[in-house]
Amino acid sequence: MRTKISIKNTKSKFLDKVEELSGESIYACYQCGKCSAGCPSISEMDTSPSEIIHLVQLGEEKEVLNSKTIWICASCFTCVTRCPKGVDLAKIMESLRQINLRKNVDYVSPLSIPKEILSQVPQIALVSSLRKFSA
Amino acid sequence: MKISYFPGCTLKTMAKDFEDSALASASCLGIELVELPRWNCCGTVYSLTSDDLIHQVAPIRNLIRVKEQEDNRVVTLCSMCYHTLKRANKLVREDKEKLDKLNNLMYREDVKYDGEIEVLHLLEILKNEVSFNQIAKKVKIPLKELKVAPYYGCLLLRPPEIGLDDAENPTILKDFLESIGAEVIDYPYQTECCASYHTVVNIDLVVERAHDILSSAIKQGAEAIVLSCPLCGFNLDNRQKEIKEKFSDFKGIPVFYFTQLLALSLGLDEKVCGFELNFVDPRPLLKSKHLIGGV
Repeated sequence: MRTKISIKNTKSKFLDKVEELSGESIYACYQCGKCSAGCPSISEMDTSPSEIIHLVQLGEEKEVLNSKTIWICASCFTCVTRCPKGVDLAKIMESLRQINLRKNVDYVSPLSIPKEILSQVPQIALVSSLRKFSA
Repeated sequence: MKISYFPGCTLKTMAKDFEDSALASASCLGIELVELPRWNCCGTVYSLTSDDLIHQVAPIRNLIRVKEQEDNRVVTLCSMCYHTLKRANKLVREDKEKLDKLNNLMYREDVKYDGEIEVLHLLEILKNEVSFNQIAKKVKIPLKELKVAPYYGCLLLRPPEIGLDDAENPTILKDFLESIGAEVIDYPYQTECCASYHTVVNIDLVVERAHDILSSAIKQGAEAIVLSCPLCGFNLDNRQKEIKEKFSDFKGIPVFYFTQLLALSLGLDEKVCGFELNFVDPRPLLKSKHLIGGV
């Protein structure tokens, strides 16, 4: 997989925005890969969790915000538990989702959920999925 | 012992069996769970962005209800509620500025919150205040030869600063199950995520995860799963229908809330265990182990 990196992007304000929203130090990550190793959903992701944070470090805003990864993340906190540098990747993933959602664009619109699902799943599933996926 | 109890939305509906069995077994052990008046949904997930304060209102309001009930502790059963309440509580205990803002926003509340309330899970009360030894003494029907695999999921244990046991090698459910006489199965997927809220929009992800978790437990000899979260319960129990559709040779096993097994072992009425709400009917298994009677 080829990723184009540009000096211009590394100097963008994207990283600052993610740091502010998450409260985490993005440069603290030294790419050990423990987060990716422990992630239960990694098989469904197009970019691994450690690659996502590296792309944020490089300012690659478009690639990160358009990834499937940030929406496959289930906020299970396995990465948070294992990071040797104490980087809270769950907060970073949430910030990336929020940057998208705060443009007032749903990832999942409440109206799109089929009626059968609405009556089938427990309330906590509906509340939590809409908290994570709708604007 | 009386202690405030926060049920959360799902325990009043799909997981009523969890609540009924918990209230009855707690009462049998001398604990009266006093439901909070006017409680609201906790929000289900803890908001992870630094600037989001509005989503902390829901959990903190519930803690104000505990204070109004003149208690300093609240017990919950649902892992999601436990996680959300405990993390919101930790946030306001460590950030006075945010606490002040929340109190100001909730100006119409009679009482201000000051971080005094302790958020606990029923398992912690059973371990630390009743003790598993005492529970063992009160057991009338030890769950002999019932091979149970404990499943923790994510939110009871992670992140470590709020987890009720070790995040990588927890033992609390094992200790609990042994105290009620069950045989505990060890398997590598005890703390693996079930894919949670993806059950609404990405069922296939849940099917894959649930299949891995259940198959691993079954491979090690488990006859049942025990857990504490209604969403994990839905994904591992109800979604067995979709798992069978995708994996034709999958043979499912029943999924219990830990309080259902507690109630059963204490000899309480089968009605209070709520087995009709289980998707995979556990009664054939329990009958085969002579743990319940009848046809």
